[in-house]
Amino acid sequence: MTAAATPAVSPATTGEQPGVRLARSRRNSELSLLLLAMVLVAAYGAIIEANMLDTVTPDFWMPAAVLGALFLGMHLVIRWLAPFADSALLPAVALLNGIGVGFLRRLDLGKAAPAERETLAIFAGNGGRQLAWTLASVILAAVLLFIMKDHRAVSRYAYTLGLAGIVLVMIPAVLPARYSEIYGAKLWIKVGGFSIQPGEFAKLALLVFFAYYLVRKREVLSLASRRVLGIDFPRGRDLGPVIAVWAFSLLVLVFEKDLGTSLLYFGMFVVTLYIATERVSWLLIGLLLFFGGAYLAYVLGGTIGGPFANFHLRAEIWLDPFSDPYEKGYQLVQGLLALGSGGLFGAGPGAGEPLLIPEVQNDFIFAGIGEEIGLFGLTALLVTYLLIVERGLRAGLAVRDSFGKLLAGGLAFTLGLQVFVIVGGISKLIPLTGQTTPFLSAGGSSLMANWLLIAVLLRVSDAARRPVTQGSGPAARPAGGPPEQLHGAPTEVIRP
Amino acid sequence: MNAPLRRVGVVVMILFGLLFANLNWIQAYKADEYRTSDYNGRVQVALYERPRGNIEAGGTALATSKATSGKLKYLRNYPGGPKYAHVLGYEPVNLADTGIERVENDFLAGTSDALIANRIKDMFTGDKTGGGNVLLTISKRAQDTAYEQLRNNNNGVKKGAAIAIDPRTGAVQALVSMPSFDPNPLADHDTNKATATYNQLEQDPDEPLKNRALSETLPPGSTFKIVVAAAALENGVGKNTQIPAGSSWTPPTSGSPIRNAAPSICPQSQVTLMDAVTHSCNTGFAQLGVKLGADTLKEKARQFGFEQDDLTVGQLGEGGLTVAPSRTGAMEAPGGGTDPAALAQSSIGQRDVKMTPLEGALIAGTVANSGSQMRPYLVKQLLAPDRTTSYYTAKPRELRQPVNGTVAADLREMMVSVVENGSGQKAQLRGYTVGGKTGTAQSAPNRPDHGWFIGFALDKNGTPVSAVCVMLEEAGSGGSGEAARIAGKIMQAAIADSGGR
Repeated sequence: MTAAATPAVSPATTGEQPGVRLARSRRNSELSLLLLAMVLVAAYGAIIEANMLDTVTPDFWMPAAVLGALFLGMHLVIRWLAPFADSALLPAVALLNGIGVGFLRRLDLGKAAPAERETLAIFAGNGGRQLAWTLASVILAAVLLFIMKDHRAVSRYAYTLGLAGIVLVMIPAVLPARYSEIYGAKLWIKVGGFSIQPGEFAKLALLVFFAYYLVRKREVLSLASRRVLGIDFPRGRDLGPVIAVWAFSLLVLVFEKDLGTSLLYFGMFVVTLYIATERVSWLLIGLLLFFGGAYLAYVLGGTIGGPFANFHLRAEIWLDPFSDPYEKGYQLVQGLLALGSGGLFGAGPGAGEPLLIPEVQNDFIFAGIGEEIGLFGLTALLVTYLLIVERGLRAGLAVRDSFGKLLAGGLAFTLGLQVFVIVGGISKLIPLTGQTTPFLSAGGSSLMANWLLIAVLLRVSDAARRPVTQGSGPAARPAGGPPEQLHGAPTEVIRP
Repeated sequence: MNAPLRRVGVVVMILFGLLFANLNWIQAYKADEYRTSDYNGRVQVALYERPRGNIEAGGTALATSKATSGKLKYLRNYPGGPKYAHVLGYEPVNLADTGIERVENDFLAGTSDALIANRIKDMFTGDKTGGGNVLLTISKRAQDTAYEQLRNNNNGVKKGAAIAIDPRTGAVQALVSMPSFDPNPLADHDTNKATATYNQLEQDPDEPLKNRALSETLPPGSTFKIVVAAAALENGVGKNTQIPAGSSWTPPTSGSPIRNAAPSICPQSQVTLMDAVTHSCNTGFAQLGVKLGADTLKEKARQFGFEQDDLTVGQLGEGGLTVAPSRTGAMEAPGGGTDPAALAQSSIGQRDVKMTPLEGALIAGTVANSGSQMRPYLVKQLLAPDRTTSYYTAKPRELRQPVNGTVAADLREMMVSVVENGSGQKAQLRGYTVGGKTGTAQSAPNRPDHGWFIGFALDKNGTPVSAVCVMLEEAGSGGSGEAARIAGKIMQAAIADSGGR
């Protein structure tokens, strides 16, 4: 923690140095990992058909091929726009996305009449829609890579993005319930038959703002403090932003009836604050505030009800889902039963009964998949998520500018936290909250936002691993970026 | 800023470690509990993956599995509809199962320990062998007759029961409870429909779901006199011994007099025990019971099977449809002293004496079978799915010996006299010796009387071939005569259907 006093991180403490070791782009390993992932996705589809149709149709490889072609395109874009980007990110995400599409297609097969199963078109049903959304999301991610040639450039729009983030979050809260409420959570904007979850995008926008704000304020936040019991506590006036975000996330909790999103925002902020200031006290204050707030909401929900009632109910279900197994606890109970029925090895893709779980395509997709691939398969998925998160954090470690560190670290942590919140929720580790499972759940908003997140991580990791000497090229910084001589130095000189 | 980033990395690993540990808890430690949980619909789906075995009687399938195209691959079907409902029960998707479907569930579903070899074979071949088949003792013709005769009884009675057993073995030949119900809608795969049907049946005031033959206990009326007569015969009264009778008799301590059903019945001051049984002489039996004492009567009733609360009818080993215990009730004064009024009423099967139709059939069967009461059973054989291997074959066994052969012979003579000369003449069968006893029991005040008949048929060699009990609830006047007529028809059908036993 001595580094806390040092405004700039010296190159000696940076985890990785630009040099010969990093000059290799590793694009070929990305390609081979990607092919491996697609083979797995195709095999997953084949096993599903074998189990559900008693035969493997000649077209079983089609969804995997479409995805493969798409990801191959993304791979080429990365070769072109971000040649030094982390090579594990794309294959890992591609695997998760492919399994998600495969599982959603499996649900469509389960819902279809047996006679129609063999002729299910690849763009039909939830699986087909997810495939189309993947197409759109990956293209958008490629476009973002193209536009954002240097991640530091986005810091110029930090305030705009921050405002946009807050507005996006608040829209469902102020909209009438029939335009914004699905299953008791006001998280949506529903127009016609179409619904988007603006919070998914707000997450990214807010993080950019947090990162920018904290990089500017980190000195005052980390230097001015009082020491109590060996822990440095910030001054009261510096607590302002934390209190503001805490109140904001509580408002989200109250008005949108969604603990998950509120936990996500708050965790995201506290962790970026911690990374920026290197002070454990912020973590302690944050955890205290969050758990205090959640407990308060639980107690208030139990006594006065009102806007807190939803949270109180969820906590009660969490504590004992089997006390009301057919009504309130039904979904969680069915999720647990699915996981338990899967056991260690699972029933096999296509051989389970995921449709017994209500809304299995959304929040409970992990339980639905878990029944069929078992503990071993789920562990593999968890490790894949962990790989993405740790690779993101690694990009943060290696990148030279503080904004990039905060951005990559914050995004990677947020992704990990989201996985924790939803997987923990469906497995009764924590109260269940409505979160999507990144890259798996059906839903365009979540998929698109998470692919944009991956694009940002790719961009930061490219900057981190790019040799200092290679200043020009397709990924040259746009005009208006920081001066050339500061590029390689760890610095806070980023001005809007 | 790298130190906190690394720590965040560690935090994420801890969070994922928690997820991993929790998934281990659920998918490994709790897996079995969740897999077999009552709330787990997979249990049901898996159950319907393979055809459930048949329940058959006399070569006819009474419960079968029909292949469907739905998610649940087989539909349980009961071709006989309401006729066998109280024997078979039903196997619903969402409700509790009943009857033989419940009792033999493991074997029918193919999950019993006996069928482990089949399951191991399936594991290698990938086949989905069905469950085993259960063969019942029911005689198809006797059941048909019992069902039709009860349903279309001449007195228009809506509630009642009939049960016939083979006195030599205890095998149940017919078991009908009225009103009955169609089990097919209850096994419907549309659980909402099944639940609606169930609720409707459950709320029906006539209680069609109740198995009256085994679980309804009502005052047996004069049929109980057979038990009293047995006690008398064992206590120095011969069949031709004169016992006090009269048109009316008032117990010493209580005002309400005991009368006979008609003024023509035993108006003389003394009749033989034989005559008292033949014409169902209330005054004679009331005095006989008071003379014998409460302890003697209760002990005799207990020896005939009263008070047994763990009898089941299914296999002869364990398990089966539960049988409600028949009761003699208190015959003494509350303090334990003698209460001649209570004793007198109990002696003619009133007051707190309550009997199931099965117990009535067992009493008749015991008399017919020289005093040996055979344990009743419904399951004759358990056949493997391939119908070659037999996993269980019933070996009849004696339940108890309420009376010795001499007493049984005397009782038999008296009961035959009832059908030949007395109140049970409608049960007569050409070519067979039929014995029996009618009963007319007062039910609640201002409600019609229950009509009873218990009886048996002996072939030319004196071998008992069928024992039966027919009960018509709140049948009113002529109920016991109608019960006797129906009993005769059932026994006739049971005799004719030699393949049914």
